[in-house]
Amino acid sequence: MLTTRVMPCLLYYNRGLCKTVKFKNPSYVGDPVNAIKIYNEKEVDELIFLDITATAENREPDYKIIRSIATECFMPLCYGGGITSVEQVKKIFEIGVEKVSFNHAAIHHPSLITDVAKDFGSQAVIASIDVKKNIWGKYEVYQKRGTKTTGQHPVAFAKKMEDMGAGEILLTSIDREGTWEGYDNELILRITESVSIPVIVNGGAGNLAHLEQAVKVGNASGLALGSMVVYQKKGMGVLINFPLRTELEKILK
Amino acid sequence: MIAIVNYGLGNIGSIQNMLKKVGYSDCILASTREELERADKIILPGVGAFDAGMQKIEQSGLLDTLNKIALVDKKPLLGICLGMQLLTKGSEEGKLPGLGWIDAFTNRFQFNNEKAGLKVPHMGWNEITISKQHALVADIPLPARFYFVHSYYVKCTHQEDELMSCHYGIDFSCAVQHENIMGVQFHAEKSHKFGMQLLKNFASA
Repeated sequence: MLTTRVMPCLLYYNRGLCKTVKFKNPSYVGDPVNAIKIYNEKEVDELIFLDITATAENREPDYKIIRSIATECFMPLCYGGGITSVEQVKKIFEIGVEKVSFNHAAIHHPSLITDVAKDFGSQAVIASIDVKKNIWGKYEVYQKRGTKTTGQHPVAFAKKMEDMGAGEILLTSIDREGTWEGYDNELILRITESVSIPVIVNGGAGNLAHLEQAVKVGNASGLALGSMVVYQKKGMGVLINFPLRTELEKILK
Repeated sequence: MIAIVNYGLGNIGSIQNMLKKVGYSDCILASTREELERADKIILPGVGAFDAGMQKIEQSGLLDTLNKIALVDKKPLLGICLGMQLLTKGSEEGKLPGLGWIDAFTNRFQFNNEKAGLKVPHMGWNEITISKQHALVADIPLPARFYFVHSYYVKCTHQEDELMSCHYGIDFSCAVQHENIMGVQFHAEKSHKFGMQLLKNFASA
């Protein structure tokens, strides 16, 4: 039977990989191609690669770096960052990428999701939703790398993404991202209860128990890992690594 | 030389990337009859809807050549994902007839019991069972798992055409073979060492 997919979520920043904490303070953690070669050896289920400044810098996806990782990536690969047209998506898929993720476009030009799904199928389209609690403790969808609220509620927004044709949701908790404190299972459950498409959860994973809870409590379909797969431990040095398959099978089956 | 049929559907880049990785750089993306004729082996990729796939093949002007290569020349041919479904006689997804090179039909996954928690598409890694010995499935490390993304599955008329099976709510054929025609439902090009071995087998057989 299918098991829950577990995947590194890599952030591309300033021509290298970085790790942020609550979307701030990017720290350099290594070379993307090198990291992907290691994840290949570890046989990770999938990989997410996000160019976190493409939109802010108003530039197209960096096809050169996408090509250099796609040629080394022998598991499904999702690219996100700065995509504004179907033509760009076509170019990215021809390089050898399977899925594209939309964040800025999901908020401002959701019809792009519909267009891409029509041409390439829903399975190729991920809507990336960044969520933060506002000062009254209410969940809101944020934009521009977590700096500005959209005023929209994540449940309504996730449903809209499903209706527009997204095949999956990448749900990131900004408050948990980079903290090692565990996923926001309350948020996850609210979303998984509201949509029928798979939800990949992101932000907060610090140990295997966190992964187990996101699946058992939150009903997550996919688990994205950030800090855990680029650092030895919290507060320690860089180490590209991945949980052992046998360990994952124990908690996810 | 291996030709990957470039008819406008499918992640042709990934297939080429993996063939290179396993040592077969002698592979081209074929969009003309001449290119197809020159190849010793053919890979038919494909993602998306069944009718769109058949239409694209027709529009590419390669259908006659493909029929000749598959049925007369009997060159080894591997369909991947939708490429495998197109080998069948037709699909519940569409109205157009398929290529019909395998005596099989493509059906939709239908799960009445929502509680079973089985979502469609069947997406992710799943373990397979080898149904019969064949060069394409030789030396694949077991237990083997492959990456799937599909909402429709192939049902063979003749059990002996099934090469591998998989279970998702029901048992279905996830790899088929009849004479020179082969097909895999999963994305071998994105299935780590398991897919690498399979593509290596196809390339070297």
